[in-house]
Amino acid sequence: MNETEESKEEARQDSERELVLPGDFITDGKFRAGSGTYMDNGKIYASTLGIKSIRSDFVNVVPLAGQYIPKVGDQVIGIVMDMGPSNWLVDINSPYPAPMHINEAPWRVDFGDTARYLKVGEVILARIFMVDEVKHVQVSMKDHGLRKLQGGQILEISHSKVPRVIGRNGSMIEMIKNSTNCRIIVGQNGRIWVDGEIDSIDNAVKAIRLIEVEAQSIGLTERLKEFLENIQKEKKV
Amino acid sequence: MGGATTDLKLIDEKGLRIDGRRPDELRPLKIEAGVLKRADGSAYVEWGENKVLAAVYGPRECHPRHMQNPTRAIVQCNYNMASFSVSDRKRPGPDRRSQEISKILSEALEHVVLTHLFPRTSIDVYIEVLQANAGTRCAGLTAASVALADAGIPMRDLIASCAAGKVADTIVLDLRNEEDNFGSADVPLGLVPRTGEIVLLQMDGDLSVEEFKTALSMSTDACHRIYAIQKEALRKKYCVAPAVIPAEVANAIHDVATEKPQGSDVPPNEMPGNLKEGVQ
Amino acid sequence: MSGGSETAMSDITRDNIYRMIEKNQRADGRRREDFRSISVETGFITSAGGSAMVHLGDTRVLAGIKSIVGEPFPDTPDKGVLTTNAELIPLASESFESGPPKQPSIELARVVDRGIREGQAIDFQKLCIKAGEAVWINYVDIHTLDYDGNLFDAANIAAVAALKTAIIPASKFEKGEDYPFPMKHLPISATFAKVNGHLIADPSFDEENVASARLTVVTIENGKLCAMQKGLGGSLTRAEVEKAIDLSLQFGIKVRKQVFNV
Repeated sequence: MNETEESKEEARQDSERELVLPGDFITDGKFRAGSGTYMDNGKIYASTLGIKSIRSDFVNVVPLAGQYIPKVGDQVIGIVMDMGPSNWLVDINSPYPAPMHINEAPWRVDFGDTARYLKVGEVILARIFMVDEVKHVQVSMKDHGLRKLQGGQILEISHSKVPRVIGRNGSMIEMIKNSTNCRIIVGQNGRIWVDGEIDSIDNAVKAIRLIEVEAQSIGLTERLKEFLENIQKEKKV
Repeated sequence: MGGATTDLKLIDEKGLRIDGRRPDELRPLKIEAGVLKRADGSAYVEWGENKVLAAVYGPRECHPRHMQNPTRAIVQCNYNMASFSVSDRKRPGPDRRSQEISKILSEALEHVVLTHLFPRTSIDVYIEVLQANAGTRCAGLTAASVALADAGIPMRDLIASCAAGKVADTIVLDLRNEEDNFGSADVPLGLVPRTGEIVLLQMDGDLSVEEFKTALSMSTDACHRIYAIQKEALRKKYCVAPAVIPAEVANAIHDVATEKPQGSDVPPNEMPGNLKEGVQ
Repeated sequence: MSGGSETAMSDITRDNIYRMIEKNQRADGRRREDFRSISVETGFITSAGGSAMVHLGDTRVLAGIKSIVGEPFPDTPDKGVLTTNAELIPLASESFESGPPKQPSIELARVVDRGIREGQAIDFQKLCIKAGEAVWINYVDIHTLDYDGNLFDAANIAAVAALKTAIIPASKFEKGEDYPFPMKHLPISATFAKVNGHLIADPSFDEENVASARLTVVTIENGKLCAMQKGLGGSLTRAEVEKAIDLSLQFGIKVRKQVFNV
């Protein structure tokens, strides 16, 4: 690309990454209206507060705030809230409580025996396996890797910041994992589990909070690198 | 409005009001978004001597259960005045006036919130008037809209709200206490600025049809100015630089969050109400 | 914070709170005996005779004072009246319901009231207009705006700061000239929670949720005690109570200096 084309492309990308508010006009007709938008009279407007994003044929607004609304396939960290003879009720940090049927548990659970396997307050790594049109949600622990989480620490961030914490291709979270030597699992519902040595957990939590607070700042990747390097230096002292 | 009389000169010889404003002038208005920690969204408004706080929780499980709607969220707005907010202490608890205002505010907000996205839930909006000087329902609705956006709740637009009325035979904007008490009409308005839809309208007093139209035009105009202040408050909270998020950041958020197109919040074939017909 | 009327606390979070407290650490970096920072803004509400907005960490409470002329109680014909009311409004937390005051808000109001009344903080006789006929009736209305634990101390400081800076609106009622609210003392409350066997000062929302017992101690300038309240279903040892008293006296001195310059 020559210089004018390049700067045009940059300007186009910049304008495509604008903060929009509900009711803001985004674009006319030829595009399809994606999530966070709505169409009125052939024009597309933002419905949530977020970042406008225009792709080749559709327009989205990526929200900067809001509740976690479960989608099938999402990996989530849940807390058991209640149980009955054939299911548990799991809090997934969403407007919708999510039951888990004993058939979806990784153990062979007899009817009435639910308390033996999972108690109120226990933490599980689960997957959203069903969401119907009226948002009845169900979770499952039957996939590989899904399990009860024990030890370590849990923090909650706004679910809209999850992509930023994960980073492009997982780059941010990998940086933190490598630097602190912690196991970190990020739930799509904004809950994050961190496990490792006590001091390392503290540092990982601080790093995640740094991303959360500065999610929209320029140079965040650099600041994170710096923060993690300082921790390494302190360790060596 | 009661036809009470006063020695106060509500409009002077230069056509200025008791606080020096011109008839079409708003009181100073400041809005701040995201002021509370616990609530999902919040906003604080200082409008003249009004001090109003709005907080949003939701969407969340609907309580009471029997009010749950299987196809959409319900919007429950609760307007309350603190005992010390008015000159003569108000007994705590909802009185009939607060209940009426709660109802009309809920109805206004329900019209813009995309409630069908959250069936069986409740979106709870709490408006607390900490200090009152006329126009608190308009300040409350203005604050509530900002709080809803701050909570990330999908809406077609914010609602801007303002009252106009008649004082000493002059149509004036944004009445203050004395003007409300001794004036002859009060017309609170709630507007969807983008489309011009009227979602809140009340009137009491004594107006000719022409006077009403003048009042409505004045408050409609003011609502657009208020709308700009609401947006500025939200931008201030969510932005480092005005309106633009640096590409490096936006890319990271965008790429991970949107792999495929997901449906618009309002499927084109199922527009609620008058969206299909577009702007009137 | 989000997602439903009350999020369950996980056993992992609870165990972490216990573990840290064992090591004299808390989630926000404090040690067991540290109170959060306080900021007080008085005169916030001009429609009230006095007011104070208090931030205690992320807990936010607003108190307003309104005074009107009324009849004294028959057994105290020459003394003014004080009534304290607390609102735990759902705006402040998903754990508060709307409706008439429930036990927690009644307990809060009564404990704040007790601290002020029993500490002889108010010179009620200076609130008399005409003995047997007219006295000043003073309402202290406490409004919780944001809840992150320890409403007792935030409400107490807000009430005391509001009263200290309040003006009796005598001229409005044609009972003479306005004059400052007659405060003699500054009763300051300090609240502690017992978590996994340890006493911690100024509990946050999460810490309150795992506390077995709670103790509020109200002290005045001369080092005397004026009110105490133990809450929640667990128990306290004598040593814990005496420790709490010690820390309350220190906290009282600190707050009086910082907020009231006394």
